[in-house]
Amino acid sequence: MAEVPLGGEPRALSAPAVDVPEPAAEGPWARLCWGVRAYGFIAAMWIRSTMVYRGSFLMMVAGSLTLTALDFAAIVIMFSHVGALGGFALPEVALLYGTCTASFGLADLLMGSFDKLGTRVRDGTMDTVLVRPVPALAQVAADRFALRRLGRVLQSAAVLGWALANVDVDWSGGSVLLLVVTLLSGAAIFCSLFVLGGAFQFVAQDAAEVQNSFTYGGVTLLEYPPTIFAKELVRGVTFVVPLAFVNWLPVLRILGEDDPLGLPGWVDFGGPVVAAACCALAGLAWRAGLRAYRSTGS
Amino acid sequence: MTDDGFIVLEDVEKVFQVRRRARGRLRRERHEVRAVDGISCAVARGEMVGYIGPNGAGKSTTIKMLTGILTPSGGRLRVAGIDPSRQRARLARRIGVVFGQRTTLWWDLPLRDSYALMRRMYRVPEARFRANLDRCVELLDLGGLLEVPVRQLSLGQRMRGDITAALLHDPEVLYLDEPTIGLDVVSKATVRRFLRELNASLGTTVLLTTHDLTDIEQLCERVMVIDHGRLMYDGALGGLHEVGESERTLVVDLERELPPIEGIEGARTVRTRGPRQWLAFPASASAAPIVSQVADGYPLVDLSVREPDIEDVIARMYSGL
Repeated sequence: MAEVPLGGEPRALSAPAVDVPEPAAEGPWARLCWGVRAYGFIAAMWIRSTMVYRGSFLMMVAGSLTLTALDFAAIVIMFSHVGALGGFALPEVALLYGTCTASFGLADLLMGSFDKLGTRVRDGTMDTVLVRPVPALAQVAADRFALRRLGRVLQSAAVLGWALANVDVDWSGGSVLLLVVTLLSGAAIFCSLFVLGGAFQFVAQDAAEVQNSFTYGGVTLLEYPPTIFAKELVRGVTFVVPLAFVNWLPVLRILGEDDPLGLPGWVDFGGPVVAAACCALAGLAWRAGLRAYRSTGS
Repeated sequence: MTDDGFIVLEDVEKVFQVRRRARGRLRRERHEVRAVDGISCAVARGEMVGYIGPNGAGKSTTIKMLTGILTPSGGRLRVAGIDPSRQRARLARRIGVVFGQRTTLWWDLPLRDSYALMRRMYRVPEARFRANLDRCVELLDLGGLLEVPVRQLSLGQRMRGDITAALLHDPEVLYLDEPTIGLDVVSKATVRRFLRELNASLGTTVLLTTHDLTDIEQLCERVMVIDHGRLMYDGALGGLHEVGESERTLVVDLERELPPIEGIEGARTVRTRGPRQWLAFPASASAAPIVSQVADGYPLVDLSVREPDIEDVIARMYSGL
C-alpha cells in the first residue's frame, strides 16, 4: 500500500472540526426535535434496507395482517354464539377492539424495538449507542425499525372503520375529537409503557417478558368490554397501570354508557393528562436506567 | 495536576456493587469491586498514549468513563473540558471510539449505509464526509468492501471499517480499546501505520489499550500501566525497565564445564548448562566490568549480552505488584 499523507495540511484542532450547533446545548426542545429527526433518518435507513427484499417484506406484512385478523375473527365467532358480551353488541366491541389495537399498533410500530433492549444491555452493544451524539432513546427506538408492524395498524384501522360505520352513535364534533384524542393518547400511553419496560431492563436484564405482559397482555384485556371482567381487575388497570384510559373510559362515553366503577364523568376525558404523566414518568425512568447502566466486562 | 491537560483524571474511581449467589444458599451476597481505584493523570493534545494492564485491570472501565458510558463513582474527569458522563452527547461529537471486541457498525447494513447514517448522526458536512471517507478507504484498503454487509466482513476488515467509522467526524480524541485484538500480522501493520499517520498529520490525540506490546513500541512514546485499578507506571516505554527492575543477561561460553561462576561484583549466575553459563545483572549497569571480571578469572571462549524482554518486564510487574 502506498504511503499517502492524511489530508495534507494539519488542521487547527483548537475548535471542533465540524462546526455545527451543539444539540445538547440548545435546551430540551431542540434536543427533542433533534431526537425525532434522528429517529426519522435511522428508521428511513432501515426501511430502505428492508425494501431491498421487497417480496419478503410484502409477505411479512401479509402475515402480520392475517395473524391479527384471526385475533378479531375469534371475537366475531364468539358473537355468532352469544348476542351480546357484557351488554355490548358486536359493533361496539369492534369499536373497543379497533381503538385499542390501533393505539397499540401505532406504539408498536414506533417503539416495538424496545424489547430488544435487554439483549443490548446484556451483550454490551448499548455502549455503541451511548458514544453517538443522538439521544439514546431515539436510537434504541429506531433501531431495526420494522415497517411490517404496519400490518397490525392496517388491520385495526379496517376494524375501526367497520365499527364506526355500524355503531349506533350520534356523532358530534366533540365525540369525533374525543375519539382522535383517545387514539393518540392511547398510543402515547403504550409508547411510555415500552420505554418504562426498557428502563426496567437496565436493572433487571431479563424483564422483557414482564414488559410484554403489560403491553401485549394489556391489549388483549382492552379488546373486550370492561363489564365482563371482575371489578378489582378493572380498578387495578385504571389506577395502577392506566390502560383503561387507552380506550375503555372514552369509548364508553362515546357509546353513552356508564363505566362499571361509577367514576365521575370528567375522568373519561383524562386520557391526554394520563398520557402526558406516563410520558414524563417514562422519561424519568429512562434517565435513571441509563445512569444505572453498567456495561459489560470488556 | 496540569491544567493544560486535554484529558484530565483526578482520583477517578469506579466501584461496582456485585451480587453473587452465596455458596449453598439461596440468598445473594453483595460486595464491592473497585474496578478503578483512584487514577490521576493528564494527557496533552496530540499525544499518543498506550494504556496497558492484565485482564480485569480496569482499562476498559477507564475508557468507558472517558466516553461517558459509565459514570465515575468518585474523582474528577475532563475530556476537552467536558465532563463526559454529564454531557455525553456533546462530547460524542468530539471523540471517536473503536471497541475491538464489538462493532459500532450496523450488523445488517453495508458499510456504505452505516457510514451514511454516521454522517447524519454526527452532522458532518457532505464535502468533509466525502474527503474523510475517501482518505480512510484509500489508507485502510476498504475499496471493494463498501457494499458488503458488516456481518460478512472478516475481523480485520471489520476493524478497519470500525476505525473509519470513528474518524468520519474528525474527532479530536480517538479511543481504541484493543484495536489489534485477533488481527493477523498484515492487518495489524496496516492499522498501526494508519494510526501513526493520523496522529502525525492531523494531531489527533490517541489513547489505546492493548495486550500487544508491539502496538505500544511502534506507536506510543508514553505508556501507562494499570493493575487492580491503580496506575502503576506512567512514562516512556523504555523507563519500564528501571521500574520493573529488569535485568540483562550475559551469556558466556567457557572452555569446559565448570562449577557456577562466583565472586563477580554486580552479577550473579542464574543458570548453567555444560560449558555455557548465564549471568544476570541490572539493566542499568554496564556490561564491561562484568565481562572483564569473568575474562580475568575464567577461560572465556565466547560471550553475548541479551537485552531484557519488555514482555518479561511487564509480566513481572503484573505478578509482583
